[in-house]
Amino acid sequence: MVTYIIRRLIGALLMLIIVSMVTFSIFFVVPRLAGATSEDFASRYMGRAASSEMISVTAEKLGFNDPIPVQYGRWISGVFVGSEFDTGAAIEQCPAPCFGYSFIKRQPVWPELVDRIPVTMSLAAGASVIWLLGGVSVGVLSALRRGSIFDRAAMSVALAGVSLPIFFTGIVSLVVFSYGLGITAPGGSFTPLQENPAQWAYNLLLPWITLAFLYAASYARLTRAGMLETMGEDYIRTARAKGMKESSVVVKHGLRAALTPILTIFGLDLGLLLGGAVLTESTFSLKGIGDYAVQAIVSNDLPKIMGVTMVAALFVVVASLIVDLLYAVVDPRVRLG
Amino acid sequence: MNAPTSFLELRDLRIHFPTDDGLVRSVDGLSFQLERGKTLGIVGESGSGKSVTSLGILGLHKGGRARISGEIWLDGEELVAASAEHVRLLRGKKMAMIFQDPLSSMHPFYTVGAQIVEAYRIHNQVSKKVARKHAVDMLGRVGIPQPDRRVDSYPHEFSGGMRQRAMIAMALSCDPELLIADEPTTALDVTVQAQILDLMRDLQRDFNAALIVITHDLGVVAELSDDILVMYAGKGIEYGTAEDIFERPEHPYTWGLLGSMPRLDRERTERLMPIKGAPPSLINVPPGCAFHPRCAFAGRNGQRSSTEVPELLESEGGHLVRCHMPREVRLDIWENEIKANLESS
Repeated sequence: MVTYIIRRLIGALLMLIIVSMVTFSIFFVVPRLAGATSEDFASRYMGRAASSEMISVTAEKLGFNDPIPVQYGRWISGVFVGSEFDTGAAIEQCPAPCFGYSFIKRQPVWPELVDRIPVTMSLAAGASVIWLLGGVSVGVLSALRRGSIFDRAAMSVALAGVSLPIFFTGIVSLVVFSYGLGITAPGGSFTPLQENPAQWAYNLLLPWITLAFLYAASYARLTRAGMLETMGEDYIRTARAKGMKESSVVVKHGLRAALTPILTIFGLDLGLLLGGAVLTESTFSLKGIGDYAVQAIVSNDLPKIMGVTMVAALFVVVASLIVDLLYAVVDPRVRLG
Repeated sequence: MNAPTSFLELRDLRIHFPTDDGLVRSVDGLSFQLERGKTLGIVGESGSGKSVTSLGILGLHKGGRARISGEIWLDGEELVAASAEHVRLLRGKKMAMIFQDPLSSMHPFYTVGAQIVEAYRIHNQVSKKVARKHAVDMLGRVGIPQPDRRVDSYPHEFSGGMRQRAMIAMALSCDPELLIADEPTTALDVTVQAQILDLMRDLQRDFNAALIVITHDLGVVAELSDDILVMYAGKGIEYGTAEDIFERPEHPYTWGLLGSMPRLDRERTERLMPIKGAPPSLINVPPGCAFHPRCAFAGRNGQRSSTEVPELLESEGGHLVRCHMPREVRLDIWENEIKANLESS
């Protein structure tokens, strides 16, 4: 068990290093292959009026003339010890964890992300609870009543749920429930949980349900398939032969086994969502990480894009690490591996 | 419907499954009796209805698609008409089952002990601690070394033989009076098979349970059984004591089974005598005797074998045979054609 945990931790760490290298390469190595010079990089951080000598000086000061590994090392060390950027005009401070410094906005990326994390986290947490409970229970009932009207109806709705994009369901439900019936909050509303939990939930209800619908649909299908498979296993027959109640057979023996693969997918989905639910945040005008990423890309603000990429990757890696560890708790056979 | 005096009695049991292709007659008019402390071996090829019968006795077809008719009497109670809930409460307690593949038959996520505790606590209102102690006792009783440690092992940490022992411990945890073992040794190494058979024989004596052993392995049956029922296409075609079946078998199908059993006391050069053809589809069972398309002797009865379903009739002293050939002819064929062939080498 201990070796399993250590191996997973090392794996997660390696994954983060690789992601950081790839991200760094995309922004600082690939452009050079395409012919970009240090001055081209530096000019991005300066006004249009900057003379070519000023750009050369800045390129040197920002370290664009250093070897690539040194630049990469500097970037990474910023995460742990912070960085300073000498733009010639001033020395910009970027305290640890420095995930980049936006020269356009003249501020470090991390504090901005920290402001936005609660929004995305609230969105993801609420939605994931709804889709997990909803999707799994519908999937179980569908499997147990295979071929029934309930099963067919649920699976049709699930197909619709998987197929309909969130900017369609989201806008339709905003129009109907918020602006038509007035029973849910309009887009753009967010109240931090610690300020007013009731308002927090009320404001997020519609985004939660819309986002959960999308995921619940695929979870219902996955659960149904998993349950159909496990309920045919020999150990289910053994459980019945012991005289167990059918409800216990389904939950303790069937669902327990069917849930493990769903756990894996859930971890990854949650990790991805925490890195920014771009479409949902845009649809409901929520200022989360996804919205931040979109802004960064629109304004062509490289340090922001890199920062948000790294934070999103961190979420995915941490989520899959947690899933791996949970997996070992749930399935004892995993501990051997 | 008067209650029988036997501990277990099946009367004309039929278990049919409607499918898109037609009605599958898995069990089609099966009757037998079994007393406490006795062992019945049920033998037949795959698809002869052996396992369906055992699951039917346990009531595991209830609530499914199966159409069940006939009577199953267990200790004076009729189970076919009984409610599913009533049969559930008997299951595991009064009657228990051991399955073929102990690895797939135990839940991979729970420890062996937890699964025995679970079985015990369904039918006994005891604390987890008491149940755990019982589980340790049971594991010790089926010959698992260091049961107080192994109780916390998972099924995948056991060897095949150990797993089947644990399975037996689980089945016996509530002192069942009827134990059904469905191919209990098929998934095991030959050396382990013998140990498991010994264990089952010892435990049956200790518990004085009625035991049904379902197998296609005549060796297993010879080892354990008092009585033997040979099944073909959902029907019993020969029934008798182990001696009847091995010394004086009267049905051509039984001869075929005996002829296809490898034996060490025969020459290596001699070939086995497999039964020609394949078991019939249970949707389109051949008319007349279901075995006649594969039977070397069907021609001796004119058209009768292919038109008229033979009855299961008494040959002598409780030895029942379902065959159109007169008894003298059958005995004559056995003595002069079959037995000679089996022992010739």
